[in-house]
Amino acid sequence: MTKIDAKIPDGNLAEKWTKFKSSVPLVNPSNKRSLEIIVVGSGLAGASAAASLAELGYKVKVFCFQDSPRRAHSIAAQGGINAAKNYQNDGDSVYRLFYDTIKGGDYRAREANVHRLAEVSGSIIDQCVAQGVPFAREYGGLLSNRSFGGTQVQRTFYAAGQTGQQLLLGAYSALQRQVGMGNVELFTRHEMLDVVTIDGKARGIIARDSVSGALERHFGHAVLLCTGGYGNVFYLSTNAMGSNVTAAWKAHKKGAFFANPCYTQIHPTCIPVSGDHQSKLTLMSESLRNDGRIWVPKKENDTRKANEIPEDERDYYLERRYPAFGNLVPRDIASRAAKERCDAGFGVGSSKMAVYLDYAAAIIRYGKGEANKNNMHSPTDEEIQSMGKAVVKEKYGNLFDMYKQITGEDPYEVPMRIYPAVHYTMGGLWVDYNLMTTVPGLYALGEANFSDHGANRLGASALMQGLADGYFVIPYTIGAYLAAEIRTPSMSTDSEDFVKAEKAVRDRLETLMNIKGSKPVDYFHKRLGKIMWDECGMARSEKGLKASIKEIQALQKEFWSDVKIPGEIDNLNPELEKAGRVADFLELGELMCIDALDRNESCGGHFRLEYQTEDGEALRDDEKYAYVAAWEYEKQSSFKLHKEELKYENIKIAQRSYK
Amino acid sequence: MEGHLNLTLKIWRQKNTQTAGKFETYQVSGISTDMSFLEMIDVLNNRLIEEGDDPVAFDHDCREGICGMCSMYINGRPHGPNRGVTTCQLHMRSFKDGETITVEPWRASAFPVIKDLVVNRSAFDRIIAAGGFISVNTGNAQDANNLPINKDNADDAFAAAACIGCGACVAACKNASAMLFTSAKISQLALLPQGQIEAATRAQAMVAQMDEEGFGACSNTGACEAECPKGISIENIARMNREYFSATFSSK
Repeated sequence: MTKIDAKIPDGNLAEKWTKFKSSVPLVNPSNKRSLEIIVVGSGLAGASAAASLAELGYKVKVFCFQDSPRRAHSIAAQGGINAAKNYQNDGDSVYRLFYDTIKGGDYRAREANVHRLAEVSGSIIDQCVAQGVPFAREYGGLLSNRSFGGTQVQRTFYAAGQTGQQLLLGAYSALQRQVGMGNVELFTRHEMLDVVTIDGKARGIIARDSVSGALERHFGHAVLLCTGGYGNVFYLSTNAMGSNVTAAWKAHKKGAFFANPCYTQIHPTCIPVSGDHQSKLTLMSESLRNDGRIWVPKKENDTRKANEIPEDERDYYLERRYPAFGNLVPRDIASRAAKERCDAGFGVGSSKMAVYLDYAAAIIRYGKGEANKNNMHSPTDEEIQSMGKAVVKEKYGNLFDMYKQITGEDPYEVPMRIYPAVHYTMGGLWVDYNLMTTVPGLYALGEANFSDHGANRLGASALMQGLADGYFVIPYTIGAYLAAEIRTPSMSTDSEDFVKAEKAVRDRLETLMNIKGSKPVDYFHKRLGKIMWDECGMARSEKGLKASIKEIQALQKEFWSDVKIPGEIDNLNPELEKAGRVADFLELGELMCIDALDRNESCGGHFRLEYQTEDGEALRDDEKYAYVAAWEYEKQSSFKLHKEELKYENIKIAQRSYK
Repeated sequence: MEGHLNLTLKIWRQKNTQTAGKFETYQVSGISTDMSFLEMIDVLNNRLIEEGDDPVAFDHDCREGICGMCSMYINGRPHGPNRGVTTCQLHMRSFKDGETITVEPWRASAFPVIKDLVVNRSAFDRIIAAGGFISVNTGNAQDANNLPINKDNADDAFAAAACIGCGACVAACKNASAMLFTSAKISQLALLPQGQIEAATRAQAMVAQMDEEGFGACSNTGACEAECPKGISIENIARMNREYFSATFSSK
């Protein structure tokens, strides 16, 4: 049986990483040239890892299912990236970023990993600026910052509402530079369909070329999964259509433990569902909560238009419930508060499943500020409106445009309607301090791992973690493993293990094609999504979870007997790709419910109805549940729980309060 | 408010790169005006699957206008009739009941069709690999605020860097030129002090790769700027030309 050992270095928290870096075994340059590393996924974690490892001299292969590495869904991150630079002189420090992240994660993250993350955060900004990432700047030419939920300092760096895009293009440029130099071999439109293990170690992957349908075997001394999160298990989410769990799930079935699968982040500010045709949900950046005020009518079932509801008949419920943080409470809290108001009958819009995000006050505030700057002594209301809208446009213009395109409504004139949606998954493959899974030589980076965000991720921390893992952690930690692999020559992919793995992949694809049932893949995906959203979404209960596990098992059977996949196996076939992913989501969904059922407490994104305080806040149980739930795959529908106890030596564990 | 449309779709169908393609006509009905264009294609595809036909292959991923993967040429315009919008953000309220909509892939010899509406845009990756970067290995950087950058330059660099690499500029150009795409990256880096060191070699290498991929010469018609979903300015092409010519004159 695999035993879990987080391999956290000894010593004081603040010295662990420094000591580790000075003592980790090194691989000399000539040996690096003969060591091969496979990187699956080309988002922030994958692109930054691949570029950095290639710069060090390793031979790298990068795989992505999209047509270019630049498409990875990191590109869609809007608001910003945190770093403990303290450029604003507002009291920020490595310790504060560490503390905020642990507290924001509701005391369910691993201290040593989070501290390392905070330590390297500043170097990420330095690296990105050096690459030419055009962050927002002040008139003096220095970098600009803004605030985000769950913090009281301004530590978020940004590039309008397109921070993820700019950071990813920076990493992508670094990656393409290595491709051009011949240090990285790039495989686009390739999907990883299995990990190959030999004598218990990860030694390569089986990938399918989506264009020709051909299966390929690739060897690596180590395999890095940088494949993102699994939010699409809910069908509707802010993830890209292609985002999937397949690579992580295949790894799980080959021995990698899956940690805290039930920790899902439901983002409070998304554009609400408009109808059954909906294929995905669109996020409106959390940065909008800096200036926007969230409210619902005080009167139940109020059918008046937003602009007709007078000020004193509006309930700014976040400001009312959480005066200290107001509209900037962490995501899990803001989402639950929105759900609570809508469930109680105060929702707005035609579906009544939405709340208002209102910029009217901010427009007036900015307009008056501009008037002062321009020495206008008695500006008219129109002038204030027009100047205020110009400021809002500069800060959030692309988000407002996007809202208008999707809803057909003008958010400069009427408040936006928003509702929570699945956005990020804190859970993922279990990794140790070195980011290695329970399979030797198999690593997980970025959203694909579980380690840094506990039960709830703070805004602007995903970009930080993806790039920290890729630029500054893995280049060091992988040495601990590869230093012992320098005598392992590149292996032939004609060995029995590779042939067997490829055959298993082929058999599964053929089985899928041969079902020839009656319903398209989407039909099953939507049904799974509805079960997950209703019972394993913002509120969970023992009864609901138990019923869901049975429903999902039945749905798995139905899928494998009635799915209909058109087209051919040896041609571009998006439906076949989708079918494979949904088959994996069906198994993951079951494990998520099992995990949520095991955790008899509420923490962060995991809210069990049975465990709440009198005023509806999450009720943690630190006595019994201060552990990482790491699940081992045994067989279909059977998972064994391993616990990694979380020790808080540097932070006093406390009831989380934003009041 | 939500309405419903009945539409005739003429869609390019092509089995693979080697086979010739042709238009097929489909009728769709009851299309909600709140749907995105791609969700309308989803509806058609699920019907085709149920009827036992091969669904229409098309590229798409983020569906929020930023990944640059969607790429339909709709009624003779890349990303359809609206300005500043990708196909995934184009909503059916922009169409009229009873309309016939023609959907084609990007047309350019440097973007061969893979299947139906899916084309191969890897030429763009190779143009970036030729020089679209600053040569700074991880760990080499100084403190970020040691390098103040004029806000206007930073804003202009950002505006150029907002390119999503979708290829609409190539599809819009009668010469299938990739000048707007290539110039956006050259401009972004030329506007920043970090990018100065390699400015000359960058411009030459990227332009050479662009030519090698088989993209045409600039048509000077400005169609690329008009059709760019991210409003990338044609001024970038002028800046690229300056960079390229000064690099050529000063090269040894």
